[in-house]
Amino acid sequence: MVDNPAFAPMDEDSAPDISTVRYKSEVRNLSFYYGAFSALKNISMMLHEKQVTALIGPSGCGKSTFLRCFNRMHDLYPGNRYVGEIILHPDNVNILSRSVDPIEVRMRISMVFQKPNPFPKSIYENVAYGLRVRGVRQRAILDEKVEEALRGAALWDEVKDRLNQLAYNLSGGQQQRLCIARALATDPEILLFDEPTSALDPIATASIEELITDLKDKVTILIVTHNMQQAARVSDYTAYMYLGELIEFDVTDTIFIKPKNKQTEDYITGRFG
Amino acid sequence: MKDKDLSEIRSIIARHKLWDFIFMILGVFVLMIAVLTFMALFSHMLIDGMPRLSLDFFTSFPSRRPGSAGILSAWVGTTLVMLVTAAAAVPMGIGAGIYLEEYAPKNIITEIIEINVTNLAGVPSIIYGLLALSLFVHQLGFGQSILSAGLALALLILPVVIVATREAIRAIPVVIREGAYALGATKWQTVWDHLLPYSAAGILTGVIIGLARAIGETAPIITIGALTFIAFLPPSPIKPDFPFISFEWLMAPFTVMPIQMFNWVSRPEEAFQINAAAAGLVLVVMTLTMNALAIYLRYRMRKNLKW
Repeated sequence: MVDNPAFAPMDEDSAPDISTVRYKSEVRNLSFYYGAFSALKNISMMLHEKQVTALIGPSGCGKSTFLRCFNRMHDLYPGNRYVGEIILHPDNVNILSRSVDPIEVRMRISMVFQKPNPFPKSIYENVAYGLRVRGVRQRAILDEKVEEALRGAALWDEVKDRLNQLAYNLSGGQQQRLCIARALATDPEILLFDEPTSALDPIATASIEELITDLKDKVTILIVTHNMQQAARVSDYTAYMYLGELIEFDVTDTIFIKPKNKQTEDYITGRFG
Repeated sequence: MKDKDLSEIRSIIARHKLWDFIFMILGVFVLMIAVLTFMALFSHMLIDGMPRLSLDFFTSFPSRRPGSAGILSAWVGTTLVMLVTAAAAVPMGIGAGIYLEEYAPKNIITEIIEINVTNLAGVPSIIYGLLALSLFVHQLGFGQSILSAGLALALLILPVVIVATREAIRAIPVVIREGAYALGATKWQTVWDHLLPYSAAGILTGVIIGLARAIGETAPIITIGALTFIAFLPPSPIKPDFPFISFEWLMAPFTVMPIQMFNWVSRPEEAFQINAAAAGLVLVVMTLTMNALAIYLRYRMRKNLKW
């Protein structure tokens, strides 16, 4: 095994302007169990604030499982167990702690799923739902937030005249941007993407990738992708995982140009996986 | 490919396709037996009973003279009993279904409850009648009333409503449910804002199918002690003076359509048989209407759900 890669010194010349980058979240010795099966093994790494971090690795390596720890999605199903910590800054809270309500975590950390999953409601109601859950009732505030979120997801111009239409009338790519708008509407601190383009065509994929790059000005992003080119295009940091372990974590350029670990290199160059 | 091989492949395909054909013929045959039997019964009843159907038939009480006997007390009784049944079974059944799907911890006790619910659907209806007789009529003192009958039938269709609710909720894709939770919704918000509206069509279908079954039930109603001859209506639920609504009718004695039919069929006079056929016709039409409504609602409400 490699040395704990998260704490390895950053490569000074390739690190993106390290003086201004802060940590939004720290993962400390995280293990995760589905019943007796150990799906994540002792993972430690950082999420840099307002940067895009990509999780790559072959199918079944635990990257989606890892992502879903960040919004306590595993709490929905019985028999799941977290060991270790995910610290959320600036308030230094361990979001995996039993004393932290998973609903509180999900209010701070939003998620976009693999397949577009709009609710069978209007475009407007889809975006407004997160706000309604938070008790926002005033129409003016809802209107403003919905527009802001749809603009943020580069969808406003396409849907502004049909906000009351059913979300299913949109194309796949538009539906996914609607789901991004829905996640953005509540001003999350971290935005999780679970292979957001795997159900989309190349043009829709390109627009989502562009959007992710734009969004990092506002929010810290963690993205799971099975597409290495996508990781290289959109992310600032990349973590390579294999069989539940974090093999290497570094600046994206370093991972793709001169990985320190042989396994990472084999995967990146397509000799394996 | 050589000609010989090709002809061999063709003969194999032909042989296999023979089974498709045989099964199709068999299927159509069995289907015809079911459909034709119902059609024969229904048309027999139609021919016998149709001439007897008139406004008078619906607005007259039972009588010793077949010509002036009607089904007023029976259809009013059936309607009121169904009201009680729906009012009791719908909230209880949907509530139980939601609890089992969304809230119940996955343990041995839940599993035992689940097996029990499924098995309850197969318990003979007379057993429910006996339960209702001792529990509602005697223990709780509701007497031989509309309330007791409605609650007995509610118990009878409860498993149908529970199972329909669970199936409908389970048909909602996991990603939709997770999408709601991921936005910070609580269980109740997820149930109320998403699961219930998206499963309403399935639940409603289950409720109507259940009621359509309850409307024809005779055994538990007889067990409770419905009257076979009753020449007055239960007290009106609406009153001219404050508080305008009355629940006295809940405690009133009553009869229902199938019992009225049974009563007429057991009479020796030929003319009463015709009354029975006419009442049966009304009952079947009521049931078919409910089923048609279920199909229509299912179609209407599912149009917006594409997954």
